[in-house]
Amino acid sequence: MTNSWTDIRNTDLVVIMGGNAAEAHPCGFKWVTEAKANRGAKLIVVDPRYTRSASVSDFYAPIRQGTDIAFLLGVINYCIQNDKVQWEYVKAFTNAAYVVKEGFAYNDGLFTGYDENKRDYDRSTWEYEIGPDGFAVVDDTLQNPRCVWNLLKAHVATYTPEMVERICGTPKDKFLKVAQMISECSSPTKTMTSMYALGWTQHSKGSQNIRSMAMLQLILGNIGVRGGGMNALRGHSNIQGLTDIGLMSNLIPGYLNIPVERETDFATYMSSRAFKPLRPNQTSYWQNYKKFFVSFQKVMWGDAATAQNEFAYQYLPKLDVPAYDVLRTFEMMHQGKVNGYFCQGFNPLLAFPNRQKITESLSRLKWLVTMDPLDTETSRFWENHGEYNNVNPSSIQTEVIQLPSTCFAEDEGALVNSGRWLQWHWAGGSPPGEAKHDTWIMAQIYRRLRALYEKEGGAFPDPILNLTWNYQDLEEPSPEELAKELNGYAVEALTDPADPAKVVLEKGKQLVNFSVMRDDGTTACACWIYSGCFNEAGNNMARRDNTDPDDTGAYPNWSFSWPLNRRILYNRASADLQGNPWDPTRKLIAWDGTKWSGYDVPDIAPTAKPDEVGPFIMNQEGVSRLFARGLMREGPFPVHYEPFEAPIANVIAPKIRGNPVARIFQSDVAQFATSEEFPYAATSYRLTEHFHYWTKHNRVNAMLQPEFFVEISEQLAAEKGIAHGSWVRVWSKRGEVKAKAVVTKRIKPLICDGKSVHVVGIPLHWGFTGQARKGWGPNSLTPFVGDANIETPEYKAFLVNIEPTTAPVSV
Amino acid sequence: MAQTSIEKEDAIHPGNPVVVDRYNRAARANHWITAISLILLALSGLAFFHPSLFFLTGLFGGGQNARALHPWIGVVLFFSFAGLFIRFWRANLPEKADRDWLAHAGDMIKGDEEKVPPVGRYNPIQKFNFWAMSLLIIALIVTGLAIWDQYFFDWTTIPQKRVAVLVHSLTAIALICIWIAHVYAAIWARGTLRAMTRGSVTGGWAWKHHRLWLKELAERHKVKKPATPAE
Amino acid sequence: MEPSPHTATSNPPVAATNTNLTERDLVRRSASTVPPPARQLEPVAKLIDVSKCIGCKACQSACIEWNDTHPAIETNTGVYDNPHDLTPDMFTLMRFTEWDNPQTGNLEWLIRKDGCMHCEDPGCLKACPAPGAIVQYSNGIVDFVHENCIGCGYCIKGCPFNIPRISKVDHTAYKCTLCSDRVAVGQGPACAKACPTHAITFGTKDDMKKLADSRIEDLKSRGYDNAGLYDPPGVGGTHVMYVLHHNDQPEIYANLPKDPKVSPVVNAWKGMAKYLGFAALGLAAAAGVLHSALVSPNRVTREDEEKAEDLVKEKT
Repeated sequence: MTNSWTDIRNTDLVVIMGGNAAEAHPCGFKWVTEAKANRGAKLIVVDPRYTRSASVSDFYAPIRQGTDIAFLLGVINYCIQNDKVQWEYVKAFTNAAYVVKEGFAYNDGLFTGYDENKRDYDRSTWEYEIGPDGFAVVDDTLQNPRCVWNLLKAHVATYTPEMVERICGTPKDKFLKVAQMISECSSPTKTMTSMYALGWTQHSKGSQNIRSMAMLQLILGNIGVRGGGMNALRGHSNIQGLTDIGLMSNLIPGYLNIPVERETDFATYMSSRAFKPLRPNQTSYWQNYKKFFVSFQKVMWGDAATAQNEFAYQYLPKLDVPAYDVLRTFEMMHQGKVNGYFCQGFNPLLAFPNRQKITESLSRLKWLVTMDPLDTETSRFWENHGEYNNVNPSSIQTEVIQLPSTCFAEDEGALVNSGRWLQWHWAGGSPPGEAKHDTWIMAQIYRRLRALYEKEGGAFPDPILNLTWNYQDLEEPSPEELAKELNGYAVEALTDPADPAKVVLEKGKQLVNFSVMRDDGTTACACWIYSGCFNEAGNNMARRDNTDPDDTGAYPNWSFSWPLNRRILYNRASADLQGNPWDPTRKLIAWDGTKWSGYDVPDIAPTAKPDEVGPFIMNQEGVSRLFARGLMREGPFPVHYEPFEAPIANVIAPKIRGNPVARIFQSDVAQFATSEEFPYAATSYRLTEHFHYWTKHNRVNAMLQPEFFVEISEQLAAEKGIAHGSWVRVWSKRGEVKAKAVVTKRIKPLICDGKSVHVVGIPLHWGFTGQARKGWGPNSLTPFVGDANIETPEYKAFLVNIEPTTAPVSV
Repeated sequence: MAQTSIEKEDAIHPGNPVVVDRYNRAARANHWITAISLILLALSGLAFFHPSLFFLTGLFGGGQNARALHPWIGVVLFFSFAGLFIRFWRANLPEKADRDWLAHAGDMIKGDEEKVPPVGRYNPIQKFNFWAMSLLIIALIVTGLAIWDQYFFDWTTIPQKRVAVLVHSLTAIALICIWIAHVYAAIWARGTLRAMTRGSVTGGWAWKHHRLWLKELAERHKVKKPATPAE
Repeated sequence: MEPSPHTATSNPPVAATNTNLTERDLVRRSASTVPPPARQLEPVAKLIDVSKCIGCKACQSACIEWNDTHPAIETNTGVYDNPHDLTPDMFTLMRFTEWDNPQTGNLEWLIRKDGCMHCEDPGCLKACPAPGAIVQYSNGIVDFVHENCIGCGYCIKGCPFNIPRISKVDHTAYKCTLCSDRVAVGQGPACAKACPTHAITFGTKDDMKKLADSRIEDLKSRGYDNAGLYDPPGVGGTHVMYVLHHNDQPEIYANLPKDPKVSPVVNAWKGMAKYLGFAALGLAAAAGVLHSALVSPNRVTREDEEKAEDLVKEKT
């Protein structure tokens, strides 16, 4: 989230699209009801299904899954055509005026530089024209035909209301109503918030779905303001923390990168990370990258990380591929290239696409370790459960080791919520039986590995032997000790650069925040964005003061919000070029002639002059990007691409199947179906009664929603002779499931490109372990394809067939 | 052609006095099971009928037991009464003589039985008692099942149950009223009780109250060994 | 370093508290009378704003947890309602209705939290034959006292909303208590506490009516011209009230009765039938007494015996 949950109450319009906040985030949704009840805010829901969110909306519009980009570019087109643009914001705070290099073009669904064999682009033309002064060329008049604004205008012109209806199946009048309601928020005193979740991410072009809305929000001037923003509703209570801490194969904490093979030394690694400003006076905060990186190395390897050995740069692995994401890992496992797999707090047998492939992959492992508080399907993948898990245990040689771990209520530590709040929590109970904290398990594995390296040496023992391990209990680091490392500390006494005699922070003390970090090895910090969470003032994550001066929704003394306890990112953009709030009733920060101050921690240097320094300090331009340069793999502007399995061909580029640069593996292409074979458009989703595959282990949740079902329209039920509450078989090219049929008015057939498209809704909470009735997850059906930028699998749009059947047989 | 119906077990024992068998052991047992059930049902039922009588549940070991037992006793009553019904329904069919008797029913109640024409095994008031009991018990079992929620909740709707419980209570009251009359009459007409205790009545009792019945028995020579004279 | 920071103050105290709802606060007690209460508690109410409800069932799970009940894990029958009905283990239930609004042509998904309405004039209490099994406090809460309950199910017949359920385990009646045990110590009902969107709120009935007014105003501004408060006068008003977008047609919300009142049949049963019954029994008994006083017992005479003997001799 750019903003916070509590800030949603400040909005005038909530758009829920690519998510179902009332269903999947009911607690956070309270802030929508607050905005509605206290501000008269309106709620729009755009979804293939009439959801629980829709049930409390002011306006609902249906949309075919996987066509959000067409819809959103249609809204952008509407705003441009109807002059519903926050012009002052767009001109000052976006790259609308930036001139794009000659050679950049867009034709027939593709940008310049596409290589069909590599399924990738040469992105060199996707750049600004650089002037003789070394800065990007800007045309403030927006007259230059190659300026971003004019390119955007031309790019979105295709997406007329008629085209939106043709692609999305959204009736034109409904689309226009939504567009009109949204466009009103171009007023500086009206804001809209976007609440989205996996309904946008779990597509082969998920990142571009989100970018489309971000662009719209920029055009409306809604980023950085109260009640605005791009608000990703995170699924797990700590999934935000997971990405922050960099639990991905290509990241280290704080969104720093793992080196790649060609970055053979630290200097090479840093050479592409200079982040030189693209316009005069701009902050380009990533210029501090080296400080964060070196501090990370120091926290990891302490005295072993020195300037002489490139701060132990060589201790880090070097990636030979862009990322070892889950799809790649399981593809490799399927090819027999993975021997062992540690599965910590994950249930791939139900969570990863194409379950048949997952089962085959796990069966080819030598060993599998599961660390989970629950008896997951993954740890039982080898066990025959009749139709529910039809495997032959005698043919599976994988050794499975189950390590029972603790659940959140038995842990102490911080969970990071969607609003970037690090909320400390305390254990509510003791772990049952043999369950152990994950930290204990990890420490034990490390200790044993280290002992082996000590004894046997090995090819490169240094990263293991030199790892910093200064915990009071060597067998189990405490949550507070780990949290203090995340905050960072002074390795040496820090002196004032202006006066080397003056010590500003004594050796061993906690850093106040990342602003004092250094790149000379005198500071250590595990995750720079978290710095400030546990400083000398104490554990700021444990703060529970819910006072909220002037009811701004900021709650500045409740827990800690990264970065720097900032509640709304880009909050400098809440004020105009003079530093006055766009909307005086929703002041966030303001410029008093000498400095910035207000209700939130300014997202800019406190003395940065408003007419000089741009608000988007993480960008080299200082402004936000309507044109993404080369940072997105599909192109600088979003384009409507159909899902890999779509009921109709791509209307705007009929020859292109799916996203031309999406993550696919050649071995999976044969398993993509056409609409001739599989006529119905399926989508998967969560229900409010359950949390993923966990709560089916809890009798109360299991009772509230006991059995796997699929949802279909009355029309499809009539066509197929499916009775309400009867058994149906749903199958795709990759597998089949059996479920109860919920025949509902909430799903209606859509007319797309002249064709009637039936939607089949498949919730995902059932498996073959736990208290609820046995069932399947949609991953038995979904294709093995991922987003082009972040590899998230395409769970939201695929093709199936459906027919009546009888109850499944268990064992 | 018989003047009036008699039962198989009915028989005259000549002697002084004459003794007439009216109810055999099985009939008496059947009657008393019915009677005891009815009393228990009345006691427990009245306890639910009005708060002032709720204390009666104490006789059953508390409200829960009274609630649980009442319908089961009702089932016993139903089947037990069914036994009586099968046994005596023929004897309770209307007869020619009943009309004359009814014309003098007032004399009967006034105690002037001499003015009343003779009747058979049962007089019309007794027959009314029999048929009224039969109909009320059918009504009670039907409405009783409708409100026996423990087993039959789903058989009826709540509005039906409401009617059922109202009908059940009114029917039960009517039945108890008839029962009062029945018991009173049995006591008032001296010599009646022994019919249900010893199973027999004296010839005089039969002569006085059910002369046609006695005559029919005599006509048909339904005579057994002489009654044992009083020692 | 400073000690760990402050705790939120919005939660009620957790220290041991004496119960504030006692026998002395009863205004009605089934099949018995109570002395006038020593004090009048402020009438309370739970306001369920259907227009804010997202059907998440947090109320149901909070109810299960607080009351420590164990509803069965059932099946899917083609609807979202689970369990499929109120049970002795499920005192509240989200009922989902898909309704095509004929005026707008739009689908509406109406989600109503069903449960005891805590009538001011409770039909269950009226019907109950067991002294003290159902009680009403002066704050309006209607509560079942299980040790006095005999399991007869009369409350089911008395209730205009089809709420009480008899347990097959202990044969007593169960329904929402409005968390009388929580209210007694200054807390709100568990469902209200758990409701994420404040669709369920709890407070004095006056405050809840005021809150409802503001909600109705908001709904009217959004085009729900018939928005209103469901506080049915037929049962004297209720201590659980609904804000409905379509208060003119409560029956579209899973058959919420339009004008609920205690059934006339129940009133007849609990009123007229009682008097009639006692009168009939009294008359029957009196007739007996009178008759025995006026008419001497009907005795068989010696003459009768002789006539019988003669008859028998003559015929045999």
